[in-house]
Order: sequence, then structure tokens, then C-alpha cells
Amino acid sequence: MNSDVTDFASLAPAHPEVLMALGVLVLLLVGVVINKERSALVSWLSVGLLAATGLLVMLQPADGVVFNGLFIADSFGRFMKVLVIGGAGLALILGMSNAEENGVHKYEYSVLALLATLGMMVMVSANDLMSLYVGLELQSLSLYVMAAIKRDDARASEAGLKYFVLGALSSGLLLYGASLIYGFTGHTNLGEIVVAIANEGRSIGLIFGVVFLLAGIAFKISAVPFHMWTPDVYEGAPTPVTAFFAMAPKVAAMTLMIRLVMDTFAPITSDWQQIVIFLSIASMVLAAFAAIGQQSIKRLIAYSSIGHVGFALVGLSSGTQVGVEGVAIYMAIYVGMTVALFACVLSLRTDKGYVETIDDLAGASKARPFVAAVMAIVMFSLIGLPPLAGFFAKWQVFLAAIEANLYVLSVIGMLASAVSAFYYLRVVKVMYFDEPKAEFAAVPGELNVLMAVFGFLIVTFYFTVGNPLASWAHTAAGSLF
Amino acid sequence: MGLEIGLGHYLTVAAILFTLGVFGIFINRKNIIVILMSVELILLAVNLNLVAFSAHLQDLQGQVFAMMILTVAAAEAAIGLAILVIFYRNRGSIAVEDVNMMKG
Repeated sequence: MNSDVTDFASLAPAHPEVLMALGVLVLLLVGVVINKERSALVSWLSVGLLAATGLLVMLQPADGVVFNGLFIADSFGRFMKVLVIGGAGLALILGMSNAEENGVHKYEYSVLALLATLGMMVMVSANDLMSLYVGLELQSLSLYVMAAIKRDDARASEAGLKYFVLGALSSGLLLYGASLIYGFTGHTNLGEIVVAIANEGRSIGLIFGVVFLLAGIAFKISAVPFHMWTPDVYEGAPTPVTAFFAMAPKVAAMTLMIRLVMDTFAPITSDWQQIVIFLSIASMVLAAFAAIGQQSIKRLIAYSSIGHVGFALVGLSSGTQVGVEGVAIYMAIYVGMTVALFACVLSLRTDKGYVETIDDLAGASKARPFVAAVMAIVMFSLIGLPPLAGFFAKWQVFLAAIEANLYVLSVIGMLASAVSAFYYLRVVKVMYFDEPKAEFAAVPGELNVLMAVFGFLIVTFYFTVGNPLASWAHTAAGSLF
Repeated sequence: MGLEIGLGHYLTVAAILFTLGVFGIFINRKNIIVILMSVELILLAVNLNLVAFSAHLQDLQGQVFAMMILTVAAAEAAIGLAILVIFYRNRGSIAVEDVNMMKG
């Protein structure tokens, strides 16, 4: 445990974070020095920095605990960090076209996105309640500003305000839980907490702490009943920011949840299982019914993401290695589907600006057949139809739940999935069978590339990325057991 | 003789402060500044908890944690006020009932 920082090499497990932190500071300087019109340069440099960090994460063989037990690097964290970094980088690329219209053309946007990503990497690797909190706040504080980055827009500032108030509340809940856990176990280190719980057993104070801590994290992954900020923030924030929110932060918070319940609270599995099962059922059911009446595309995506968090939690409810594997695969596929979905949404612009409501999509199949086709594929994949990627995501988590004898949960989940098919199919119906109303603008090149790549991966998932992803997730989940 | 002030008393005060903070966010219908104050109240309740536990357990970690929370709370308040300022510029009001453009 005693790992004094004597030289740079002893920090090997944390090298990606060090690179990221130094890189952000350099990019901030670059952004200040070069003139404002060339902030696209900072965006591409940020994507480059993310790619370099991602590469370092993948190639870095050093596992271990550094900073006196505050920070842990293992293969589970590595898998999730690659997802976080990939989601962040792709969200930045999604924002490149029409950045000015979205209000994300300022260089501060990329710098904030990188700082948020750094916070998420610390969250993924947190091995102590303190580093968990600091990583979470670095992420949250950056995200509050990103939501309100289009500062002359009333809706964006309202989204920022709502996100801030509810995010601060959730941090408060999480901290109150952390303070109770510290008080009733005597430790803040996650490794020491699990020993203390195993030795002393459960106390009512500890259970209170666990409930508050999980409630705080449930806010961050927007699980029902802590989801109320999600539709408003997704709708109000500029679309590239929404894309960022829908991917990386969810993966990071989900990782935190998995690490806490599978590792730290392993001795009290039957207690946290009830909480996770409740969150899971509530998220799946509420999202399936609440999304039906939505007109705004971004609100629909928000409810869809709430539902997908519920499905991912089905895997976690099982409390087994297969379940964790399922959640890891689910989050990877979710990120892929979300990239393709937002690439489609950002590709469809009329002369009045971006499409806002589902009715605006009418006739997209005639004007933009390729975009409409990819969008339809993504919708079918989100429903979970075989042989698309979304099917294998759901297959894995439900398999884990059935192996753990959670039959009621599985049946409710499958029914919710069937209900959710209605609102996904409505989008396809409007695109393919309604009469066009407006002209669509030309599609930017990088969005075409993203749609082609991710559309291809979703369709051919079983033959291309399926097996490598599954074996990697297997290794990752194994490091927690 | 007299009443000894122990861990339980500190925890009770902290729990009351925490509850007041949470209710301040949800019941308050007037002003967003009050919400920011409620957030601070929640964080101070947590700090009180941590310091009380730290003294009770004879362990310094809780106080280190409280220091971290104090600094992060300052940054959080700064960002909250900054977002509040741009909201006021756009809407000309900081009443809670005017935060209503998006619903459903």
C-alpha cells in the first residue's frame, strides 16, 4: 500500500491521467495564444490528445495502486477508460461541423471536454471515497459549464442551471453517504472498507450510507427516480453537448457503480441488489412509457438513454461476473449506437436550422436516403432486434439475470423493451412514410464517415467486433473478482 | 456533571441541516439564490458529519476529506453563480417559477 512517489516511473499506472492533465494545460495555453478564429485547431488537437491517451491506456501494461491507495489501475478500469475516451473524442468530432451555430466553436469547449474526461478517468480508477469525489466533481463542474456554453441562448442557460442545481444536490447526497460509510467503517479507502464490512458485518448506519451513495450515483447515470434533469438538459443543451452527455459521463458513472457494488459492498450483496433491481425496473418501465408522448427528438433520446441505463442495470443486478461482463458490453454497444444516432441527428438540417421535432424528419428517406437508412438501423438496434448490435447487448444482460434466477426482472425488462419498440418505430415510420415538408442541407463529410463506420459495425457486429469485444470484456470483468 | 455532547448530538445536528438543505431545494418556490444556499447547507452538514466521525474515531482522514469538500464547494458556488448570471442576462429574472422553458 505504501507507494511513495519517488520518480516518474513509479507513477506508471497513472501515466495516462498525467499525460491528459499536462496536455489539457498545454491546449489551454494554445487556445489563449492563437487567435480566436482558429479554435478548430484546438478541437483537432484535443481529439489527438484523446487518441494518444487512449492508446497509452490500451498499451500500458502497468496495473497497481498508486498515490497511497487513492488510485487503482486494472483491466476493468482500462476497458471503461477506453470507452470514456472514445465517447468523448467522437462527441468532439460530432461537434466540428456548424460549431458556430451550436455555440461550441470556442476553444474553451474542447478544453472543458478534456477536463471532464480527465475527471471521468479518475472516477473510473478511484480507489478511495476522496478520489471518487474529486474525480466526480471535476467531471460535473466541467459538464455544468458545457451545458450552458451557448451563453446567449435562453434554453441552454436554463439547461445549465437545472443541471447545476440537481447535480449539486446529487453530489450532496453522495457525500452524505460517503460520510456515513466513513463513520461506520472507519475508512475511506475502498479496499479497507470491504475488509471492515466483512469483519464487523452490516450496521444500520452503513446501510444508510450505501443508499445515499448509490442515490448520488444514480443521479449521474440518470436512473429513475433520479432522472428528472435528463430530458430538460438534453433538450436545452446544444446537440453536440447532448451527444457528449449521453456517452462518456454515463459510462464513467456506471463504472463507479459497478466498482462500488461488486467490490466494496460485496459483503452486503443482498442489500444493494434490492436497490439496483428497483432502479433497473423503474428506469426501464418509466422510460418505455414516458417516451411515447414525446415530440422533441432530443427528449426522445433522453428517455431512450434512461431506458438503456435500466437495461444495463439488469446485468448488474445479477451480481455475477457474467453480469458485469454484460454491463461492459452493453455500455460499449450503447456508446456505438449513440455515436451513430447523433451523427444522423446532426446530419439532418433544414434551412431553419437543426431538426427539433420528430415530425421535422418527415420524408428524410427521399431527400437523404443514406442518413435515413443509418437512422433506421440505429432505431432497430436500439429496440434490440437481431442480428444488430443492440440485440447482443440485451442478450448478454438478460442471460446474466436469468442465470441469477431473477426471472421477474427479466420478464419486466423484455416487456419494457417491447413497449419501447413503439416510439423507435414511430421515428422510422415518419422518415419513410410521411410526406417531406422541408429541404435538407448537405451533410458534412466527417458525419458521413461516422455514420458509415458505426452503421457498418452495428449491422455486422456478430461477425466483426462481437468476439474481440466479448473476450476483452471477459478479461476486464475478471479483474473485479 | 451535566450533559455530555457526544457523537450522536453532532450527527443529529448534521442530519437536521442536511434535511433542511434538501427541503430548501425542493420546497423553495421563490429564488434560485436560496437553492445555492441550500446546497451549501448540505455540504456543511456533510463536513460536520465527517469532522465528528474523525474526532470520534481518532482518525485524521475525515478532516482531510472535509478540507477537500470545502475547496470543491467554493469552486461549485463560483460556477453556480456564473451560470445564474448568464441565466439572468437571458431571462431578466432569477425566480424559480421562471425556470420553465422546457417541460414534459
